[in-house]
Amino acid sequence: MMTIKSKTEGYPRYAPGTHVSGRDISNKNVTYSWWEPEVQYSWSLGPAYGRFLQELKKGKIIGRSCKKCERVIVPPRMFCEYCYRSTDEWIYLKDTGKVETFSISYLDPNARRIKEPILIGVISIDGASPMHGFMHYFNDMKPEDLKIGMKVKAVWKSEKERTGSITDIKYFKPMNEGDK
Amino acid sequence: MNRVAVIGGGMTLFRRRLLETGKELSFLAAKMAMEDSGIEKKDLDMVVMGSAPDAFDGIHMKGENLLDGAAATNKPYVRLFNGGGTGVFAPIAGWWHVASGVADTVLVVCEEKMSSCFPHPQTAFQHIWDPILDRPLHPNLVWLFAMEMNRYMTMHNIKKEDIALVAVKNKRNAVGHPSAQLPDEKITVEDVLNSEIMAWPVQRLDISPPSDGASALILCSEDRAKQYTDDPIFIDGVGWNIDSTMWTNRDLYFPRYVANAAKMAYKMADIHDPKKEIDFAEPYDPFDYKELHHLEGLLLCDKGEAPILTREGVTQRDGKLPVCPSGGLLGVGNPIAATMGQKVCELYWQLSGKAGKRQIPTDPQVGVGQAWGDIMQMGTVIVMRRG
Ligand SMILES: [Zn+2]
Repeated sequence: MMTIKSKTEGYPRYAPGTHVSGRDISNKNVTYSWWEPEVQYSWSLGPAYGRFLQELKKGKIIGRSCKKCERVIVPPRMFCEYCYRSTDEWIYLKDTGKVETFSISYLDPNARRIKEPILIGVISIDGASPMHGFMHYFNDMKPEDLKIGMKVKAVWKSEKERTGSITDIKYFKPMNEGDK
Repeated sequence: MNRVAVIGGGMTLFRRRLLETGKELSFLAAKMAMEDSGIEKKDLDMVVMGSAPDAFDGIHMKGENLLDGAAATNKPYVRLFNGGGTGVFAPIAGWWHVASGVADTVLVVCEEKMSSCFPHPQTAFQHIWDPILDRPLHPNLVWLFAMEMNRYMTMHNIKKEDIALVAVKNKRNAVGHPSAQLPDEKITVEDVLNSEIMAWPVQRLDISPPSDGASALILCSEDRAKQYTDDPIFIDGVGWNIDSTMWTNRDLYFPRYVANAAKMAYKMADIHDPKKEIDFAEPYDPFDYKELHHLEGLLLCDKGEAPILTREGVTQRDGKLPVCPSGGLLGVGNPIAATMGQKVCELYWQLSGKAGKRQIPTDPQVGVGQAWGDIMQMGTVIVMRRG
């Protein structure tokens, strides 16, 4: 532990506070209290995401149209946030699309390091408006082959494995000639 | 509207972990700002607290927990947050208390204690993702910025070397700052480019560190300011704007919500040509590319031009447009809301010529500060002016 009141010319003239290092904790130089919350949540999906996930279970991607701004929106919602009106129709989209951006992650959700990188990105879905899509994984490719603008296709779980979740799509893979 | 002055500022040490509680940190920063300005608790009409997600502290509605440390007992008090945007939004809220005439003197305190959360503050960030579509993919928050950075780099064909220059500049600028967590006089572009890859294109030295800390400001009306100082600094423009939550339906290469917020603030401050009229800037720099992205959003250069200005030295402390003279989040640290210390307190210190070793040599008269928050969607902007 180190209390610092280093003075400098200029402002702030000093910076009060007591720095605690990792070693201070492991050596128990400081006392602390500990709490592990136990809580669960059940989120209702609403009509838009509910239908979207039901369709994923069937192996299909569905969007909603807004006739005013002429967007085909995915993920679908029951209202257009720009026009501020109810959206109009359900529209089936393709299960192919384009990589709009991506990352090659060596971090797990808790910022712990992982050896095999996760390929993640945003895919705009064919049949929806430009730049309209969702985040998902990529696979069946080397990290260095992943590029913005690349055409990709969904790889689905088997019908039996699907649960009505975004993970009913396992990942997106590079689109080959002959893929539809 | 009443013109609003800044008459005092304060900041604690910023470190990965501080012994003091959030309340105690709030007290230390607020007390410094009050001593700096000659204001006592009885002089304060109202208090504004800024603090980002409750999930860091594990204390739900932590505004109530923090208020005693912020001189707010038995006073009108509000706690607000919009993620990373809070450090500029809290003083904007302080501004509207005074500008509206409901208060003459207001204390703004920003506090963050990220170290309480285990195994890492990133764990708390899991709670900000969309629960239905994003969380089943087990995302890490750094993914968002990696994807935005990649889009920005690709659209403008920007090299990582040019982005790394921002981390180098800001960590060097932080050397004169007593709060600074990661000042580094000797850091080079190679150090940044050779640092560990977190989520490509983001490497370890592209990122500001999580921190504990607090900062504070005293705002008051122009008349009141004359009782305390001959050289008040004024908040002449504020702006804030938010884009759709549906970030996978937007092109991330340009932060149009920051541009909207900047236009609002410039209009209020009667600034017609920000490129010419703004003397220096403190854009939000939790990642090095964000400084560039935000300079473009703040309309201080054209789209894709910020890396060129950086390469040419324009944004150095002695350049034509000094950027992050405080050392920014990259050098001083990133206790989310408490970065008001770099983004707004620094404007006050620079404009009043009090920044010591960090002082911009060219006698700046107008500065802009900016923060960015929620899920790549919130822009908060403040324009401050001398005399
Ligand atoms: Zn519409």
